[in-house]
Amino acid sequence: MVRSRSTTLASLGLLALVLLAWQYLPPALDVPKYIIPTLTDCLVEMKRMWLYEKLMSNTLSTALYTVLGFAVGSLLGAILGYLLGMSVFWEKVLSPYILALQIAPKVAFAPLFIMWFGYNAMPKMLVTVLIVFFPVLVNVLQAMRTVDRDLINLARAYNLSRLGIFWKIEMPSTLPNLMAGLRIASTLAVIGITVGELIGGNTGLGYLISYGGGQANAAMVFNAIILLTVIGFLLYTVLQHIEERVLHYLPKAQH
Amino acid sequence: MALEFRSVTKTFATTSGGEMTAVSDVSFRVDKGEFVSVVGPSGCGKSTILSMTAGLYQPTRGEVLVSEQPVNGPNAHVGFMLQKDLLLPWRSIISNIEFGLESRGVSKADRRARAMQELKACHLAGFENHYPYQLSGGMRQRAALARTLAIDPEIILLDEPFSALDAQTKLLLQNAFAKTISEAGKTTLLITHDLAEAVLMSDRILVLSERPGTVIAEIKVDLPHRDEPIKRRILPEVSEYAAQLFKYLKLEEKAA
Repeated sequence: MVRSRSTTLASLGLLALVLLAWQYLPPALDVPKYIIPTLTDCLVEMKRMWLYEKLMSNTLSTALYTVLGFAVGSLLGAILGYLLGMSVFWEKVLSPYILALQIAPKVAFAPLFIMWFGYNAMPKMLVTVLIVFFPVLVNVLQAMRTVDRDLINLARAYNLSRLGIFWKIEMPSTLPNLMAGLRIASTLAVIGITVGELIGGNTGLGYLISYGGGQANAAMVFNAIILLTVIGFLLYTVLQHIEERVLHYLPKAQH
Repeated sequence: MALEFRSVTKTFATTSGGEMTAVSDVSFRVDKGEFVSVVGPSGCGKSTILSMTAGLYQPTRGEVLVSEQPVNGPNAHVGFMLQKDLLLPWRSIISNIEFGLESRGVSKADRRARAMQELKACHLAGFENHYPYQLSGGMRQRAALARTLAIDPEIILLDEPFSALDAQTKLLLQNAFAKTISEAGKTTLLITHDLAEAVLMSDRILVLSERPGTVIAEIKVDLPHRDEPIKRRILPEVSEYAAQLFKYLKLEEKAA
């Protein structure tokens, strides 16, 4: 994505406008600050959270588990996607169950995982892994089905082994779809972690949301949401940069 | 190295459970260094003939022989090229040309040297570090030829390699291919639906019937300049040969 100077300026201008409205509109409309805290309310609360609510360690904890859950979930999704992509038989056998699991709302599993594993990092990790797993799996599987048969025949004619065909044809062919799956998954990873922390946690930004909500501290909830968004945004941006590097051979217009 | 089809029949199972015969009782022989074209109506099994020669699948009945040895699977003597250049978009041109050598135990340095040599022979010097998307259609097809020649096949199979190109690029490329192939002394089988192309490039032309395809005529092209289609093109006899093919394919009846 190439940003020109004018689009960057317009984006920043829009941000300034929203921040101004956030600061001055609620008081002007007599909205109390426990409903919509202003920008400065949130900044004051941010400082308080930093001092008294271990904001730093809670944010880092959430970021760490987001990345960890994302990595494990997408690794498993990619591996299963490639394995099923190589076996038409198993793909057909398993596809109805994969579809069912894909449709099932993954966040609803969170209470179950807490019952099984207790109040530790395991449940939120599992929710995240589960939620990240499917977009990666589905994207990889879809790409494996549509690898150019003629490229595979070419590789066969050149006497490449099954493994050689995988590494030299199938893997690179499916890379654009894998990267697209990872990008979708990165945005979902934040949701998984948040739900896990909301329901059964005593650390992380999700915990701060439920804690702040219980105290009617809207500014705390606002701040936690903003930081969660920042984590997701950073993960997405990193992936986007990796993608641009890895897929440099695609004509720019296709990005 | 010679290529021979002995009463080859190929039947495919269709998805609806039936059977489809692609080619039936096809027999022909291509001698060493000879350039033979196969023409026929669309869907007559031309590509099936190519795939069986490449060893991608076996005939249902009959035999395919490369230097008197039956073809049982992909083998090192046969290189093929399709209408699609099949360059790997994630590899640079030089690395694409090396592709076929990688599973043959050729050292990295030797691979590079061999590929550079073919790159030059195909007039692509200076483009080794470009990626396929940066090249024109004609250049990409030349890169594909370089990749095919790099493995030093005895037999080259061409499946409509020029059909996606514009008229001028096509002429120039036919000329370049003819020259390169004739200098290398390769046995070549060209599959095409372009009758003029068949006349311009071949020593001999096989005409296939509609599906199930079988050889209905064999025409010897008795014209000079097989290595330079651009020169052969202006000979008056060319149109006579084309007319002959036209008749065998019953194109007039179809047009009526």
